[in-house]
Amino acid sequence: MAETISMPKLGFDMAEGLLVRWVKQVGENINKGDVLAEIETDKATVEVESSASGVVLQLIVDQGTMVPVNAPIAVVGAAGEKVDVAAASKVEGQKSVDEKPAHQSAPVAAPVQQTSSPVDSGPVKASPIAKKIASDNKVDLSNVQGTGPGGRIVRKDIEAALASGQPSAVSSQPVVSSPSSAVIVSHDDKVIATTKLRQAIGRRLVESKTTIPHFYVTHEYKMDALMDMRKQVNAYLPDNEKVSVNDFILKGVALSLRQFPNLNATLKGTDIIQFGHVNVGVAVTVPGGLMTVVVKDTDQKTLRQISGEVKAMAGRARDGKVKPEDVDGSTFSTSNLGMYDVEEFIAIVNPPEAGILAISSAREIPIVENGQVKAGWRMKATISVDHRVSDGAEAAQFMQALAGFLENPVRMLV
Amino acid sequence: MAKITMREAISQALMEEMDRDPAVFIMGEEVGVWGGTYAVTKGFYDKYGAARVKDTPIAENAIIGGAIGAAMVGQRPVAELMTINFGFSAMDYIVNQAPKLHYMFGGQFTLPMVIRAVGGGGRQLGATHSQTPDAIFAHFPGLKVVSPGTPEDAKGLLKSAIRSNDPILFIEHATMYQVRGEVPEGEYTIPIGKSKIQRAGKDVTIVTYCKGLELSMKAADELSKQGIEVEVVDLRTLRPLDMEPVLESFKKTNRAVVVEEGWKSYGVGSEIVSRIYEEAFDYVDAPIIRVAQKEVPLPYNRTLEQAALPQVADITAAVKEVLK
Amino acid sequence: MKKEQLLDLYYQMVLIRRVEERGAELYQAGKIGGFMHLYIGQEAVSTGLIAAREERDRVITAYRDHGVALNCGISANEVMAELLGKATGMSKGKGGSMHMADTSKNMWGGHAIVGGHLPIASGFAIGDQYAGNDNVTICMFGDGATNIGYFHEALNIAKTWGLRVLWVCENNQYGMGTAVDRASAVTEIRQKAEGYGMKNGQVDGMDVTKVYEAAKEAIDYVRKEGQPYLLEIDTYRFRGHSMGDPERYRKAEEVKKWQENDPIGIFNKYLLDKKVATRKNLDEIEARVEEEVVKAVEFAEASPEPAMEELFTDIYAD
Repeated sequence: MAETISMPKLGFDMAEGLLVRWVKQVGENINKGDVLAEIETDKATVEVESSASGVVLQLIVDQGTMVPVNAPIAVVGAAGEKVDVAAASKVEGQKSVDEKPAHQSAPVAAPVQQTSSPVDSGPVKASPIAKKIASDNKVDLSNVQGTGPGGRIVRKDIEAALASGQPSAVSSQPVVSSPSSAVIVSHDDKVIATTKLRQAIGRRLVESKTTIPHFYVTHEYKMDALMDMRKQVNAYLPDNEKVSVNDFILKGVALSLRQFPNLNATLKGTDIIQFGHVNVGVAVTVPGGLMTVVVKDTDQKTLRQISGEVKAMAGRARDGKVKPEDVDGSTFSTSNLGMYDVEEFIAIVNPPEAGILAISSAREIPIVENGQVKAGWRMKATISVDHRVSDGAEAAQFMQALAGFLENPVRMLV
Repeated sequence: MAKITMREAISQALMEEMDRDPAVFIMGEEVGVWGGTYAVTKGFYDKYGAARVKDTPIAENAIIGGAIGAAMVGQRPVAELMTINFGFSAMDYIVNQAPKLHYMFGGQFTLPMVIRAVGGGGRQLGATHSQTPDAIFAHFPGLKVVSPGTPEDAKGLLKSAIRSNDPILFIEHATMYQVRGEVPEGEYTIPIGKSKIQRAGKDVTIVTYCKGLELSMKAADELSKQGIEVEVVDLRTLRPLDMEPVLESFKKTNRAVVVEEGWKSYGVGSEIVSRIYEEAFDYVDAPIIRVAQKEVPLPYNRTLEQAALPQVADITAAVKEVLK
Repeated sequence: MKKEQLLDLYYQMVLIRRVEERGAELYQAGKIGGFMHLYIGQEAVSTGLIAAREERDRVITAYRDHGVALNCGISANEVMAELLGKATGMSKGKGGSMHMADTSKNMWGGHAIVGGHLPIASGFAIGDQYAGNDNVTICMFGDGATNIGYFHEALNIAKTWGLRVLWVCENNQYGMGTAVDRASAVTEIRQKAEGYGMKNGQVDGMDVTKVYEAAKEAIDYVRKEGQPYLLEIDTYRFRGHSMGDPERYRKAEEVKKWQENDPIGIFNKYLLDKKVATRKNLDEIEARVEEEVVKAVEFAEASPEPAMEELFTDIYAD
């Protein structure tokens, strides 16, 4: 029985996705879980898996098409089965994302309309030499714009991609026009096209900054005990599973959020929706931008679990192989610039969340204890909060609660 | 180096070889008293006499069959087909006998013979006198097919052909006899079965021979003024075919145009393109373009005839197309 | 002719007959492929003709060439081996029945295109004329070949240039399955030579002594005069055009009638009547031939196939 695969909803606010590349072609065998296509959302290029096993009977949309969520994109069934396109209205095979009924689409900017030249269906059109050079240099053809006839990728396109130093994306699309583009570009200036990811981040944060009234609370944490505990914990862990300071912080944040559900919430109209789960997001730097990977039910996971998940998801994100569930469902975000000797910084709230914690470096500094000056480990963190949902006192108390966990780390082990 | 015409080059080659080896003689229609319808053998009859410059009846089977027989018993005849179109009248001898006799009889004798034939259109001679059927003759193993595009190559290759112990079809072009070119002084030969890069370039590879070479070199100059540098590879011999310089060039440029005067369908270009795809597939950056004669019998009317034949403009357009 | 020569002629004719009969058997057993054209009935023609030549005279014929090959001195071993496609065939197994040749014996094949070898024969004579010798080229062909263009071009240039070619038409009454009177404007082939102003003659091909005499005279003429000559030799093939010929084009009675004039029978009788040989001599010859053919088949069957590399040899000399 043929099954229709539809454009999955890969983000609570996703309305449509760009079908970048068919990984399987008509006639090929596919197993449930095999990658069927690559889809680009505002957040990332994501691999979509087939929910059915069998033979790819039909690819309903062409590569390069913007497809609304839930619209049919492919049919998988038994070899030789007849396919009725009209009947492909069954919405199945949607990649199951953690459905949170509480999550409603907050008004967000629509994804960017594609302005690239139409690409016909079938494999990515690239000349043999272009394919060879791309393959030799691990350039992903689906991210290269072809300048040959019919959009064919030719040798110089790959060479340009390599020269620009961004192997995974060279877009020659015009940047969405920004206001007051009165800058005159001279031949001394360097013009770099932004990635889709960067553009998506830009749009989102413009929206955030212009619609959310931010306020900020900074708290300095005593980290001595935590650093010590970390050392002890890591002594018993294999090298590739050692927990980081950030893993502790994530657990602490999650446990604190349980005490302050208002910060684990979103504003919907005039209602505040307090999320039932605590899914803490972790900002990860990826080529071309930033991605937030999400640890589901962070409060219920052990440090080891949290650590393993973050490592895996961050790795996938950096490799461009992030899964939809890696980046979706975050209820509160964190951003850690601790590795860069940062004393203090402020993050921008990620709509539709209500808060984000900016974590700075843990440093050994002179402190005063019992009237004595001595060395101690201190780390500043700043929370940014949507003032429509919460206020300073609550935020400050949250930060104190967090201190209760970070400065008494044994509490995070039970 | 001296600058001489194609006609002079071929004539010199014949004379030098006839002087060198008494077994060499010429036979064909009007080669003797008339001096050759393209004046290639002008003066030969007086110099060498009727025994060595044989005027034949208009009987291509007798000419080619006769040359085969004479070659089998140890002479070195150079037969002439007044035009390659008349080769069809002797098709059995050119493709069914000459290429096969050495093989069929276990190598007991050789056929050290040359068939000189004049091909090509452009002189309003009408469809049956204007063909470029080179591909047909190049199809047969056992026959060697040579077609030079410069006086230097014509002289050197004809001398090699006459000295060869294999049957060789030597194809000249009706409109190239007055083409001038530098020719080395003194004795020299050029090996059969070797292509040559006549012009170096980095952007596009043009593969061609004979008349196509003349046109391609002109196209190359025009393209150079526009900043496009083409590399022109001259096949010189169609069989045995030397693809090495062609492939080397293609691996550098990744784009090619093949130029021939024959028709595109089933033509020489078909072979070249196939071999490039077979042996240099990973180097292809664009589909290879063939420039050839329009698929029509060649008409008498001057304008129509020129419209049917490949021109320099067709080559420059093809090069620009392949660069897209 | 001396006794030894005559007996030798008898031996040659019997050898041809036996080789052809054995060849037919091998063909029907599936060991010989392609076309095979038997000379049975025509033995006197090539035997008498080639006996009349000098060693330096060249012989070229069409595809009914096994007999001619044997007459030129090619061994039955090599003939059988070539029929079986073996490497020990005179053409290394690459020519087959229709392409037997041994240039060391001035036998230039064995050609399959009807009439195709005639201009080549003129070519031999052109070459010999150019070399300044008086070799005669003996070119054999059938009645069917006299209707094709090659015949006319070859004869024309031979006469025009004064080439030493003896054109021998083996008129066996049929061009494949078509009787002469259905295919040719004139039924007396030698008349075609008249059109070229060429000297010509005609002889009974079932009698080897007559063939020999006529051939001798013609070859002398060609050599002395430096002019071509066409000799029409009337003969008959007792078997079909080639193996597998259902012979619908001729009546059984006709075949029978010609077989009454079996050339071997005629010569056998002649030798006995003229007391050139005894019954015993002739029986011995026949027994010798029998054994020779048996050995030839053994030789051929034991011979190796050509090596696969031979596929690619002798395409070019250079």
